Amino acid sequence: MSKDAVEALSLNAITKRFGELTANDAVSLAVNVGEVVALLGENGAGKTTLMNILFGQYTADSGTVRVFGDTLPSGNSRAALDAGVGMVHQHFTLADNLTVQENITLGVHSLLKPSLGRAAAKTRIAALSKKFHLAVSPDARVGTLSVGERQRVEILKALYRDVRILILDEPTAVLTPQETDDLFATLRLAIAEGLSIIFISHKLHEVMAIADRVVVLRHGKMAGGVNTKDTDKNALAEMMMGTEATPPEVSPAKPDAPLLAFRNVTTADVGSVPGLKSVSLALKGGQIVGLAGVSGNGQAAMADVVGGLLNPNEGQVILGSETVQKWTPRIAVQSGIARIPEDRHKTGTIADFDLVENAILERYKSPAFSNGGWLNWRKSRAFADGIIDKYDVRCPGSETPIRLLSGGNMQKLILGRVLEADPQIILANQPVRGLDIGAVNYVHSQLLAARARGAAVLLISEDLDEVMALSDVIHVIADGRLSPEFRRGEMTPAQLGLWMAGQGFETDIAYAS
Amino acid sequence: MRLEPIKNPTLVRKLVPPAIALISTVVIASFLAMVAGANPFSVIGLILKGSFGSQFAILETLNRATPLIFTGLAVAVAFRAKFWNIGAEAQLYAGALMTVLLGTGVFPWPSFAILPLIIVASILAGAVVLLVPALLKIRFGVDEVVTTLLFNFIFLLFISMLLEGVLKDPMGMGWPKSARIIPEAKLPRIVDGLRLHWGFGLAVFSAICIWIIQNRRTLGYEMRAVGLNRDAAAFAGIPVNVVIVKTALLSGGLAALAGFSEVAGLKGSLTLDLSPGFGYTGIIVAMLALLNPLGVIVAALFVAGIFVGADSMSRAADVPTYLADIMLATALLLMVLAIMLTRFRVVRD
Repeated sequence: MSKDAVEALSLNAITKRFGELTANDAVSLAVNVGEVVALLGENGAGKTTLMNILFGQYTADSGTVRVFGDTLPSGNSRAALDAGVGMVHQHFTLADNLTVQENITLGVHSLLKPSLGRAAAKTRIAALSKKFHLAVSPDARVGTLSVGERQRVEILKALYRDVRILILDEPTAVLTPQETDDLFATLRLAIAEGLSIIFISHKLHEVMAIADRVVVLRHGKMAGGVNTKDTDKNALAEMMMGTEATPPEVSPAKPDAPLLAFRNVTTADVGSVPGLKSVSLALKGGQIVGLAGVSGNGQAAMADVVGGLLNPNEGQVILGSETVQKWTPRIAVQSGIARIPEDRHKTGTIADFDLVENAILERYKSPAFSNGGWLNWRKSRAFADGIIDKYDVRCPGSETPIRLLSGGNMQKLILGRVLEADPQIILANQPVRGLDIGAVNYVHSQLLAARARGAAVLLISEDLDEVMALSDVIHVIADGRLSPEFRRGEMTPAQLGLWMAGQGFETDIAYAS
Repeated sequence: MRLEPIKNPTLVRKLVPPAIALISTVVIASFLAMVAGANPFSVIGLILKGSFGSQFAILETLNRATPLIFTGLAVAVAFRAKFWNIGAEAQLYAGALMTVLLGTGVFPWPSFAILPLIIVASILAGAVVLLVPALLKIRFGVDEVVTTLLFNFIFLLFISMLLEGVLKDPMGMGWPKSARIIPEAKLPRIVDGLRLHWGFGLAVFSAICIWIIQNRRTLGYEMRAVGLNRDAAAFAGIPVNVVIVKTALLSGGLAALAGFSEVAGLKGSLTLDLSPGFGYTGIIVAMLALLNPLGVIVAALFVAGIFVGADSMSRAADVPTYLADIMLATALLLMVLAIMLTRFRVVRD
């Protein structure tokens, strides 16, 4: 690869403190021309801080950033961009109402120039997308594109600006396995052109597949830097975690009768996000049902219906043997549905509430926590303290605002909140997103324990590995339609990937109605 | 430059910025008094004397603080749930209107029932006035900042129409003013012979009730949850729209009590200048109190003290009364800034 080893970018001994927390402790990272370096680390390991320093959002307390030998001034957000560093964020920064070409050229042209040079821009975009195999129509409106296509637009946007160093933040989180392969093909073409790539990821096998070298961060410190050919997944996981990570074991399922069932449930589309289209589903006791799919294909509607936030336009939700008439979050909770929400910051917790107030959020009206409208703070505090103890929530105390907790500890509180009531039905929507491996294993073991005691679990995840590792039965959701059920081990990832891309469905039936 | 929150502010950090704000206010006011031809060094003394310097001054300040506690509470309750009630002025007049309608002795009631009835009716009137913007918000998504603000003007013009028409006092020598309420409808004095009326007691009692609601009742918990994170509240099963309506009813009712206590405790009749902007000043009071119901009492006393003290100072020093307004505005701006500085530090990048 890089035999001459020309250094493209180097971050040297970057240290950044926030009060007592050291987010980056003498972290160094160097990328040579034509090289892919993976930046690996748990959530909160300091990856984002490091990138924010590179782009001048933060000023480092000490350390320097050099791009092609020149030291960048600190705290200047234009400097890195002007020096040819581009970043594709996990959450895209595109304008939905503009076309692909408009998005790509946005901000490139001087305001004083009389013409936008649309024709030249179009030719250039066409050339770039051909060269790097980034198939996307320049005249398509971004709002109509799939997630994979949007990512291609983001990459094109960077290439159009002549970046020499491309940083990708969790680029595969939203892609199907096939799209991931396409992305990797594009990245290899870019490397061949002499670009340098920093690839930020949690996923070890992808890091092994694409990167030349791996830099691992742990608690803000460098846990090591190795060449991928000299290491393996287990060694990397150990470096990330500090200890050897053991995935949970799955025992054979013993399914009971359905505890919750959907019969031809249809919900309305919300903007460009599809609702459910005549979905039938059965959640049986002692079984984990995995819902695989690329994000934005109806998972939100599925979770909302199970969680009581959305009523079907057509079809029935059947709880035990009774068809549900009035369906609200409170009724869902009272019916014994535990809901682990997709976004623990936005919907799962209230940031400025303390742990006690968050612990009783779903059940403050129950006699356990209030009586005649009077809250019983003593019982509530005891409940929160019990969760903190039992689920090992690391915090300074139950009266701490929950925003001060890490994502993993927040998730443990939510787990405790919903599991303490011994629920029969569990909705786990992206339960481990953004968590470190330790927390991931903990959450998974809790779900498996619930399954072992006879609960029905619906696991919604964009991470196919997670779905395949835990589920007894897998459905794929694509454009609001549900695939037939696949038994554990029945399908390969590639086969599921085809379903995720929308193949195999009886399209006529779905669209005729 | 940016602001960084301070985790554990020290006592010095909590006290010094407000102190500097107060001193700066006095310095600025003294300077302006000097420009107006008065002795600048007498200003602070005259203000203190006018606001807290005698029994009369203290009672005057407490009387002035009474409507501000009510409107401050109304705003604090609403803002806590992120329901932006800018219309306390209109709700105040609704309460005053109800007090005059029922209190002018047109209906024959036993005298002991009159005040409780008027209080309940006033609360309902204010609640209904704010119910309209609340329903518009949850049903059609209309911004309550706009509707509550505009309601102030509509309602004041409505009152004006009534005072020029059906409610006009035939004995009022042509002034747009209602008839006086009967003695049974008047709020009694707390101590005989002193000007302070029970409206102040009712205001303090209301503040304590609101504190209890916010910290001990499920409704307060719901209101805070809705204010801090509407999505999470809805996910958890809190009926967000119902909570907004309840918040609006409570807020409107509190603001209406300001109108009730001004008419029943002090003025005795309804005029168009019943409130010199108590509804708007309530927003400042609530902000100064950081939306804490008990803090509202302190903030209202502070604002009322400046009102009364600066007014008295301008008379004693023979400077224009505008100086009082300038001083109040200066004090409030500096105090808001100072309160911010007790919780954030300015960091230079």
